[in-house]
Amino acid sequence: MTIRLASIIVGLALTAVLVLWSLAPGLLNFALPEDPPYYAYQEENIQPAGGFVFEGPLGTWDEQQLQRGYQVYKEVCSACHSLKYVAFRNLEQLGYNEAEVRAEAANWNVPGIDPLTGEATTRPATPTDYFPSPYPNDVAARAANNNAIPPDLSLMTKARKDGTHYVYSLLLGYNEPDPEDVAKSPDFETPAGLYFNEYFYNINIAMPPQLYPDLITYSDGTEATPEQMAEDVTAFLTWTAEPSLVERKQTGWFVIGFLFFATILAFLSYKQVWAGLKPKKT
Amino acid sequence: MSFAWAKQYEPKSAFTKWVDEKLPVPRLVYNAVGAGYPVPRNLNYMWNFGVLAGFCLVLQIVTGVVLAMHYAANTEVAFGTVEHIMRNVNYGWMMRYAHANGASFFFIVIYLHIFRGLFYSSYKAPREMIWLLGVVIFLLLMATAFMGYVLPWGQMSFWGAKVITGLFGAIPFIGEPLQIWLVGGYAPDNAALNRFFSLHFLLPFVTAGVVILHIWALHIPGSSNPTGVEVKKESDTVPFHPYYTAKDGFGLGIFLILFTFMVFFLPNTLGHPDNYVEANPLSTPALIVPEWYFYPFYAILRAFTGDLTIPFTGIVLIEAKLLGVIAMFGSILVWFFLPWLDKSPVRSGHYRPLFNKFFWLGLMPCMGALFYLGGAKPEEPYIVLSQIFTAYYFLHFLVILPIISQIEVPKPLPFSITEAVLGSDDKPGSSTGGGTHPKPKDAVKDLPGRDPDGSLQPAE
Ligand code: HEC
Ligand code: HEM
Repeated sequence: MTIRLASIIVGLALTAVLVLWSLAPGLLNFALPEDPPYYAYQEENIQPAGGFVFEGPLGTWDEQQLQRGYQVYKEVCSACHSLKYVAFRNLEQLGYNEAEVRAEAANWNVPGIDPLTGEATTRPATPTDYFPSPYPNDVAARAANNNAIPPDLSLMTKARKDGTHYVYSLLLGYNEPDPEDVAKSPDFETPAGLYFNEYFYNINIAMPPQLYPDLITYSDGTEATPEQMAEDVTAFLTWTAEPSLVERKQTGWFVIGFLFFATILAFLSYKQVWAGLKPKKT
Repeated sequence: MSFAWAKQYEPKSAFTKWVDEKLPVPRLVYNAVGAGYPVPRNLNYMWNFGVLAGFCLVLQIVTGVVLAMHYAANTEVAFGTVEHIMRNVNYGWMMRYAHANGASFFFIVIYLHIFRGLFYSSYKAPREMIWLLGVVIFLLLMATAFMGYVLPWGQMSFWGAKVITGLFGAIPFIGEPLQIWLVGGYAPDNAALNRFFSLHFLLPFVTAGVVILHIWALHIPGSSNPTGVEVKKESDTVPFHPYYTAKDGFGLGIFLILFTFMVFFLPNTLGHPDNYVEANPLSTPALIVPEWYFYPFYAILRAFTGDLTIPFTGIVLIEAKLLGVIAMFGSILVWFFLPWLDKSPVRSGHYRPLFNKFFWLGLMPCMGALFYLGGAKPEEPYIVLSQIFTAYYFLHFLVILPIISQIEVPKPLPFSITEAVLGSDDKPGSSTGGGTHPKPKDAVKDLPGRDPDGSLQPAE
């Protein structure tokens, strides 16, 4: 009895503290969040017509597309962004053979040591090296990019909400601000050195627009429209973030198929074992 | 102990006889989860979750030990070693996704297991000790999961650890030195990461020990059941094996299908994208939230927004932060007192009309809301809502439950489990398929120790 009385007292006291000191003042000043006075970013991402080929439980990589995406990364993004968790040997997964990977790696320079003097220098990469960073350090990266560091892209499509669609939207999101929304947000401006991008959380991004028609010449002859390049490089970055994506889903089908089979058997043996007991009342 | 009619282990071969004499482990298993453990015949699927929780613990230990072979607890490289597991270790991605989603599924299972206990009042005599040990397991599980989430050293790892360890700073006087001592510095760093790894490795084995005690305590009164009427005679029970091993096998199959679906097709859905960004003490994420399974407690923590002051003097008695910490820990600690707060002699919610209403229309929606609010942005209307539901949470356990258990008029209970299942009792042939020797003397009606509901304690 005592414990229940004590409990009721403690419960009422705690509730009183909560209601009188937290809830009541909160209710007095109750204010629903106003529409932000600044231009709000677009949370709904766009995607290519028909979606990406690797999406959905049955999606797989399109090696041609990954190779094109790699070309976009190499010729455009790698000027500012590293891929520090991806090694050149991983490119074999894109359909290149060992010799091609070796040759491709040699096109890149990575930090090395002069074998004669021991001084820091650069050397051509080998397949076991990882993609190098374009900047020697963060200070240099900031200095070259209006005080913003271009983030490493290895994990980008997993590091943002709805990441694959986000990266695609971001690359194509350098639109003109909507005049109506601008009128509603007096604080809106795009400072010099930043670029309006409605998918970036901050609306103004330090990365200049990247994709222009025919910016690169695809080695497989595909026409290099901004949409095409955005789709390809996004596919490539989805692969860098999760090289096991397709293997994972294929393994999943196998495992779940087996489990369905096993569970049906388990269900039948459960029914069989219990069949001897009297049925439940109806 | 067991019921008088429990089957006895009989070693057959010379080898098993030899083992049984020297170290009777097979006998232990036979009595714990084999044919030697008589279980009520009417358990529903809510009784599958104990075995599933045990499975989750084993799963976490197996995947965790493999991960630990490739992981390094150093802030310089921790994030990178996790990526190394994901990319270079054979099937490392599978191990990591299984471990991460395994934690989530462990909590799903445990929450269902706990709410089963709350609805059927499994915490009541004679099962108080099972319940108390269960709450200890839950606390251990929360600590383990929290420290595990810090290990990949992503943004949420770091900032989550910073917020939660910062709570110790709310304790008056000793708070700050205590926090620095626990974390090994002013903010989580290498020292913290190392001790978290050490403890994250250790605690599951401690948990396994407490689980053994939990099951030991369970085997003294035996399992409860959906009627809440205690076992009276042999026809009320079936041997655990093969009846419940078969049913648990089916339950495990369903569990594994759901679990592997998440692991192989939606492995990052329950996680937070920010944790794929390496920890950066200089850049605060827009919204710091823990993993989903802590949301209700996080909502309670954040509900206290005002200091407790003496009105019109401005003297602060207890700071809001400390109130939140007290309430957050208190919200779990109240579970320790449940067996003594709910005095109704009837166990099952099915026979308790008032309790039933408050459970389904009060506690369950309240928990649902707290789950949602813990992950919401700290702005209105979420703050006021979390205050209202936090208040209900405490009122439910501390005020409503003691009162309804006093005033409620329960519905009539079935005489026995057999009657509940078959609609009649004591008819010839009503004995179970498992009872191989249906003798009339299997009823234990004359033993002392009658419960208020007319049921009996099994003989020790
Ligand atoms: C001239 C240098 C430069 C080039 C070339 C460049 N970026 Fe960026 N990028 C930046 C900078 C700087 C930022 C950081 C922006 C900020 O924080 O405001 C950035 C940020 C990003 C982000 C992260 C946005 C976020 O949510 O934080 C993505 C994704 C991205 N770039 C993709 C690309 C891709 C894909 C390419 C190649 C098509 C590319 N970038 C080429 C400079 C560059
Ligand atoms: C690692 C975690 C846990 C494991 C492995 C575990 C395991 C089990 C098992 C195997 C049973 C018997 C089967 C069943 O009734 O479902 C059981 C019963 C029980 N558990 Fe747990 N449990 C765990 C955590 C908890 C927690 C956190 C609580 C409560 C806070 C709890 C409360 C109970 C109660 C009250 C019973 C007896 C229920 C009854 O027979 O009616 N358990 N547990």
